[in-house]
Amino acid sequence: MSDTHAQTVSFVRETQLPPAPPPTAQTGVVKWMRENLFNGIWGTLLTLISLYAIYSILAGVMPWLLNGVWNTSNIRECREVLEGATGGCFSVLSERWNQLLFGIAYPRAEYWRPTLAFILLFVAAAPVLFPNLLPRKLLIFTGLYPFVAFWLIWGGTILSPIVALAGFVVGYIVFQRFVAQSFAAGFFGAIAAAVVTWWLGGIIAGLLAPDQPWLSRVASRDMGGFMLNMILGTVCVSLSLPIGIVLALGRQSKMPIIKWICVIFIEFIRGVPLITLLFVANVVLAYFLPPGTNFDLILRVIIMITMFAAAYIAEVIRGGLAALPRGQYEAADSLGLDYAQAMRLIILPQALKISIPGIVNVAVGLFKDTTLVSIISMFDLVGMIRGPILASTDWNGVYWELWAFAALLFFVVCYGISQYSQWLERQLATDHR
Amino acid sequence: MKKSVFFGALTVAGLAAGAAAAGTLDDVKARGKLNCGVATGLVGFAAPDANGEWDGFDVAVCRAVAAAVLNDANAVEFVPTTPKTRFTALASGELDMLARNTTWTFSRDVDLKFEFVGINYYDGQGFMVPKDLGVSSATELDGATVCIQTGTTTELNLADFFRTNNISYEPVPIETNAEAQQQYLAGACDVYTTDASGLAATRATFEDPSAHVLLPEIISKEPLGPLVRHGDNDWGDVVRWTLNALISGEELGITSTNVAELSSGTNNPEINRLLGTEGTLGEMLGLDAEWAKRAIMAGGNYGEIFAKNIGEETPIGLARGLNAQWTDGGLLYSPPFR
Amino acid sequence: MTTLTDPPQESFRLSMLINDTRYRSYTFQFIALILLIAAIAYLGNNLVSNLAAAGLNFSYEFLGQPAGYDINQRLVEYTSRSSHMQATIVGVLNTLLVAFLGCLTATILGVFAGVLRLSNNWLIAKLMSAYVEAFRNVPVLIWILIINTVVNILPQPRAYRGETPDAEMFLGMIAFTNRGVYLPAPTWGPGSLMVVATFLLSIGAIIFFRRWATKQLYDQGREINKLWPTLGLFFIPTLLVYFVMGSPIGVEYPELRGFNFQGGLQVQRPLIALWLALSIYTGAFIAENVRAGIQAISKGQTEAAASLGLRPGRIMNLVILPQALRVIIPPLISQYLNITKNSSLAIAVGYADITATLGGITLNQTGRAIESVLLLMLFYLIISLTISAVLNIYNNAVALKER
Repeated sequence: MSDTHAQTVSFVRETQLPPAPPPTAQTGVVKWMRENLFNGIWGTLLTLISLYAIYSILAGVMPWLLNGVWNTSNIRECREVLEGATGGCFSVLSERWNQLLFGIAYPRAEYWRPTLAFILLFVAAAPVLFPNLLPRKLLIFTGLYPFVAFWLIWGGTILSPIVALAGFVVGYIVFQRFVAQSFAAGFFGAIAAAVVTWWLGGIIAGLLAPDQPWLSRVASRDMGGFMLNMILGTVCVSLSLPIGIVLALGRQSKMPIIKWICVIFIEFIRGVPLITLLFVANVVLAYFLPPGTNFDLILRVIIMITMFAAAYIAEVIRGGLAALPRGQYEAADSLGLDYAQAMRLIILPQALKISIPGIVNVAVGLFKDTTLVSIISMFDLVGMIRGPILASTDWNGVYWELWAFAALLFFVVCYGISQYSQWLERQLATDHR
Repeated sequence: MKKSVFFGALTVAGLAAGAAAAGTLDDVKARGKLNCGVATGLVGFAAPDANGEWDGFDVAVCRAVAAAVLNDANAVEFVPTTPKTRFTALASGELDMLARNTTWTFSRDVDLKFEFVGINYYDGQGFMVPKDLGVSSATELDGATVCIQTGTTTELNLADFFRTNNISYEPVPIETNAEAQQQYLAGACDVYTTDASGLAATRATFEDPSAHVLLPEIISKEPLGPLVRHGDNDWGDVVRWTLNALISGEELGITSTNVAELSSGTNNPEINRLLGTEGTLGEMLGLDAEWAKRAIMAGGNYGEIFAKNIGEETPIGLARGLNAQWTDGGLLYSPPFR
Repeated sequence: MTTLTDPPQESFRLSMLINDTRYRSYTFQFIALILLIAAIAYLGNNLVSNLAAAGLNFSYEFLGQPAGYDINQRLVEYTSRSSHMQATIVGVLNTLLVAFLGCLTATILGVFAGVLRLSNNWLIAKLMSAYVEAFRNVPVLIWILIINTVVNILPQPRAYRGETPDAEMFLGMIAFTNRGVYLPAPTWGPGSLMVVATFLLSIGAIIFFRRWATKQLYDQGREINKLWPTLGLFFIPTLLVYFVMGSPIGVEYPELRGFNFQGGLQVQRPLIALWLALSIYTGAFIAENVRAGIQAISKGQTEAAASLGLRPGRIMNLVILPQALRVIIPPLISQYLNITKNSSLAIAVGYADITATLGGITLNQTGRAIESVLLLMLFYLIISLTISAVLNIYNNAVALKER
């Protein structure tokens, strides 16, 4: 009886219908716009408001930008060229380009030095920033970079950076030798060895230094413009990292006196605005130093900003230390590691990894805060604009162009760093969510 | 010993103490540079140009001192200071001298422990208003909004003036001259008040200077002059007499063009003493005989410096007024070089 | 057979201070303490000898002397004859004022921007990202200076003058000028106290009524219309008393007299510039916190709420935000702290906060650098410690009560 079925018509279609195209309202641009721009009354209203906002911003900015004048030597000429039309006097940027970047006092013939140092910064930073993509050997250059950059920017005899480097190298060798016995021996031995090297090296360098070094010396107070912001930012962040780690460990310490010293220091620094610390650097610090001591304003500012950054970084790292599972500490103890070994080999590498995004945030904030030095009469980028450039007869009254430029410069750097930090966060995410 | 600025200072910051304490004059000579505090930017008095060269009336005093002491008018490290930072910078030894249109007052001299070595500009606080405001006297300013540069004597003078005249005002404190100018031009204040010379210098940079007037009232005495720290009289003498040399130079007719010729000897014994061909004035100061000659050669005598930076031929266009020589009815009067 | 003997009683040796972990921490702490005391003594000694050498002394007597300068924006009575102490108080109050206003507007701005950044609307989300990135990545000082320049574009008071003025007052009572905003202000006649008291009482009554209504709903299932009684309580008693007392509260409108607008409530330009700059700048950071907080709530919560049939607006208000607040509030409070600290940049726009009065003009006029800066730091320290204390209390209060 099976053949009866052969004649019955099946209820089920045996071939698939060709897919019909979705209605036009549900495809491509139209669908995207419906979902993303005109989603209900509120969505449409928001879109219209945003469109209007974008339009009014562009309508204000574009003529100013496109109609800009780039090659006059002062504001009066610029106004003549514009003949009353809207347009920016961007010639202030081209005319004062060097001052904006390097300040007023850096010797003009030596501009290549900070520029080169700036380019090398990327070379030096690359192996740290992208550890998986680049060979580890490049890290040697990163280690050398601070000395190279110092020599390039400040100039003078090459012996001083070499001596400084030698101190670190000697210290490291001593550390390696003694650390097997005890961490403290290695650590203090290294410091002692480094100090002795610097002291001896200083004397030798003083004797050997030629009167005419290859790179002429530039005094610290001749630094200015955006270069000063970059110097303050990079120097203070790099110096504050180790101090921040020490403070964070100190705050976690079981020794009450050490702990309280760290807590008071951190809370004090975090409790006051940076500007008051800069006032201290500028007007008060001199009273706390031995009579006759007189060191550079830039150095005093570096000390203060470093302290400031260290306190914030310490808090970030403390967060990292606290976030580590308790088991890691216990595992380190159960292996019989002492405090220094446990921290160095187990705890800190993990805690620092967790803290990286926070540290980058602090670094960006700090870099932005370097503009505050303009308030204590240093000619950084903002100081240059507020001081010499706006005060000059030539460029009195050009505000928008200068502030837009300053904002853009900072935006590029800070946005770049924060994008990198987000990329890194994704790279480091070892949990599989 | 040449130490690296940075690492040296970082490692041995504390140890480096005790070296100084010698006289400022010796320090300056040893350093080969004069640290001179100036304003962060006031056209005509102290402002860096597009090449970063400092120029102006106050700057010229620094250069004259550098020329007298170091034989090089360019051996000056100009340290920009704000009204707030200037005194501590000088007191802490960061500066050797301050030439920053600073008013000589009792409390600065006595309480803050500074020594004003003389007066290089006799000034007074004035008011600038837009012409179309129709104000002709400061007493008509009842209820006006006034822009003032903060951290100077002008705030106190202003408060006193309005108080004694029993009229009210709204102060708008502003940090730099450039910003005060911006506010004033935008109409955020009706009046801008500062030293009359500063007003003239500011007005000179306007697009249309003739649309603004300086009111006739001068409400204070503002003797501006260079200053040094209390207690180092030798150094104070050097700066004081360099300034006097510039003033005497004008009185005696010594200019930057004829100083070389005059220094070979003249019939006027005072010129000879000043230029070092007679007597040992330079030695007494701890300098060599030709110090005053170099000071005058650096930028000219007082009159030349005035004419070049702020005089009537410049955009700033200040008349000599009180700052004429006493022989011309002004107040400039240098003690004799004897 | 082995016998256990006690280990020999070790006598204390000096080397144990370093080698024995039992004593080592005491050694370290002792050394740290000695170093600390030595450092303080060294700095203090330098301070004393430097002050002596400069012929100065350390004293706060200057606070009692007349300040001699005027302050434009002030919350308490102050003239140029008042003391430096009085000027300091004016500065403190101004700092607190701008910080409070800044916190308020920054929060509103930040919550809006943060929520809108997650909106389905592509355009508004991108626009908000642009706002957040632009403000987060540029120094606050530059923003303050830029916004100060922006405020300058507003019309001058002069523009309101004449037959055909260039500018007109908003609604005829608010004037926006580049010297400040002038608002109508209430004038308090005799009997106005009664009106205010009645108003406060009726607010209290409203709160009580609404609580009672809610309780009725939960306990007895009786729904009481809340809207009309609320409106009635809000308006009727106050208006009644107001007219009975003979309209004691009036409104004073600002008007152009002489150089400036006079009368009414004046909000000066420096305050506006600083307030705007701080709130827009910090708003961007708060937006980021809000976004992170919302994203921290798992998607399941939204889906669960949606499956209960809640509308998107209600999902946000009733389900997501209450949970997200736990994540948002701690960083929010540290942003408030940042506003307070950043308000110290007031000097760039000429606002008389404490850094500008005590740390600025007073410091300049008296030359008392150390005393002024110390006092200044102490003030900020107190503020920030107070705010952190509040934060800690909050954290303890909302901590998830885990079993």
